[in-house]
Amino acid sequence: MTASETVASTAVPERRKTAGVWADATYRLARNKAALLGGGLVLILTLSAIFASQLSPYSYSEQDRLQTDAMPAWMLSIFPTVRPYAKITSDFPLGADYVGRDLLSRLIFGAQISLSVAFVGPIIALLVGTVYGLISGFFGGRVDNVMMRIVDIMYAFPTMLLIILMMAFFRSTFAASQPGTFTHAMNALDRRFGGMLFIFIGIGITAWMGTARLARGQVLSLREQEFSLAARAMGAGNGRIIFRHLLPNVLGPLIITVTLAIPGYISTEAFLSFIGLGVNAPTPSWGSMISDGAQAIRTYPHQAILPALALSITMFAFNFLGDGLRDALDPRLRGVQ
Amino acid sequence: MANNNVLVRVENLKKYFPITRGIVFSRHVGDVKAVDDVSFNIYRGETLGLVGESGCGKTTTGRTVIQLYRPTAGHVYYEGEDLAEMRGSDLRHMRRRMQIIFQDPYASLNPRLTVGAIVGEPLEIHRVLQGKEMRERVEELLQLVGLNPYFINRYPHEFSGGQRQRIGIARALALDPEFIVCDEPISALDVSIQAQVVNLLEELQGRLGLTYLFIAHDLSMVRHISDRVAVMYLGKVVELSDRNRLYEEPLHPYTQALLSAVPIPDPVVEEKRQRIILEGDVPSPANPPDGCNFSTRCPVAMEICREVDPEFVEIEDGHYCACHLVESQRQAVS
Repeated sequence: MTASETVASTAVPERRKTAGVWADATYRLARNKAALLGGGLVLILTLSAIFASQLSPYSYSEQDRLQTDAMPAWMLSIFPTVRPYAKITSDFPLGADYVGRDLLSRLIFGAQISLSVAFVGPIIALLVGTVYGLISGFFGGRVDNVMMRIVDIMYAFPTMLLIILMMAFFRSTFAASQPGTFTHAMNALDRRFGGMLFIFIGIGITAWMGTARLARGQVLSLREQEFSLAARAMGAGNGRIIFRHLLPNVLGPLIITVTLAIPGYISTEAFLSFIGLGVNAPTPSWGSMISDGAQAIRTYPHQAILPALALSITMFAFNFLGDGLRDALDPRLRGVQ
Repeated sequence: MANNNVLVRVENLKKYFPITRGIVFSRHVGDVKAVDDVSFNIYRGETLGLVGESGCGKTTTGRTVIQLYRPTAGHVYYEGEDLAEMRGSDLRHMRRRMQIIFQDPYASLNPRLTVGAIVGEPLEIHRVLQGKEMRERVEELLQLVGLNPYFINRYPHEFSGGQRQRIGIARALALDPEFIVCDEPISALDVSIQAQVVNLLEELQGRLGLTYLFIAHDLSMVRHISDRVAVMYLGKVVELSDRNRLYEEPLHPYTQALLSAVPIPDPVVEEKRQRIILEGDVPSPANPPDGCNFSTRCPVAMEICREVDPEFVEIEDGHYCACHLVESQRQAVS
């Protein structure tokens, strides 16, 4: 398999730092072209989201009323049906939307929303889910039983409905009008987050459960392995066994599932924004941009196609990266879906 | 042997694993009696072999003796102190004196840690040595078990089974224990490597004055390494004696059957070897038979064997056996 396996038997041993499991995985990941492409795209997207205000030519809310639905000349060759009525401009590299806002700038700022969802989900899943699953699996018995039944109940929650209900409730004018109440505080907090609060909450509630189950399953088998028993025989405490012996061994599969779940979070956000329950206008999100563009999809198809393309490319990138991570961290699973 | 030489005294040790039914409200519906009322002594400096077929409770006995599993009942006295009663830091302190070597050299080393981290971990846990001193001690240990100390930064997957078992031995030796449970340390290894590891264990015993509880199912290997041998069947020790006496004149019918299965490396003798072939299967440890556990398969079972559990008694000096037939014969003689 790997070159390092044969090394132990070679005649002249030398003192050296050999490749650990993580270093090995990095090496395999770096040789996977699709994963590199995905990782590169994610990096570019992340950087452009962070430096959105420096990169974008205009602000996302700046309107040019005279140039509504304007598009650059090169786009005519892609969408020839638009030719008879198109308003040609050279001010906007990708054209303007129905109120004259620069599409490119809005796409770049839209990456902020999608990527914040893409990172919040996994972080919650890893932090909460892993710890929950480790505890449940490690202590087993009654503790495990109770903790897993809670997960089962939570699994039955219709997440989307929950998010929609929370938004309908906390965003109502009633909630906003009574200062000092919990609903008012939530309403204010939601506006602070640019309308993302409930999406974060919704994803946070659901994201950790899969990880918790996975971590628990892994721990159940690992804790009976002889190396856990050996640690116990040495006098290691529970904390040491969990975090030094079990956690590093479950982290690989967890990172894989968490990465592969990212496109799901992104599409959840896009869907909610598409039906008008996401971020507050004028903050751009790819979902709300698709929704706006969909109104005029026959006359100006690029307004919907561009954000849809950005969304698909991002989801592809995360998928490629996740697949690459899976192959790198667990080579036995290569080609298994 | 004098009583003050006893290092570990196991008394009426039981380890039952509960069987439960139901998902939400689990009911206790029975027990797997993995170890059922076992008593024996381990003398300082000796090797006590523990043999028996798969599933008879050898490994569970070993793990319960060093409190990896807490016993359901009974006592394990280590120099007079009852380990079964100990908790928390007292027990942790005792762990420095007793260690275990595992069967599977692949599962017993954490694949994410380097050899240095694995062997050094007991030192770290008990805060014996730190930093450079710890590293030196780890290198010394690796040398002691016949590994090159340059291997300290490598990972377990870079080693062969025999080398990994040596790493496991080095880890067990790190805290200078006096008592080591060897849980089938050689059965996962190639035959050519087995001898090396057994010789290493013997050499270490001589050098460091170790006491072993050597669990195995390879009868000739046990004969080679042990001073005394205990034979287990279905959670019970059925016979315990000096090595030579046990192999030359086994008393218990199960031991006789077991030993008759060992091929003899002498074609003339081998030709005349009479195998005692046992009928049927081992009963389930969740539902052992009434009376003697071996009564269902014993070729010489009597009426009483199916009703009364035979006691584990000293038949001759230092030769213990749990069998009605043997006991009645002894009484007839005396």
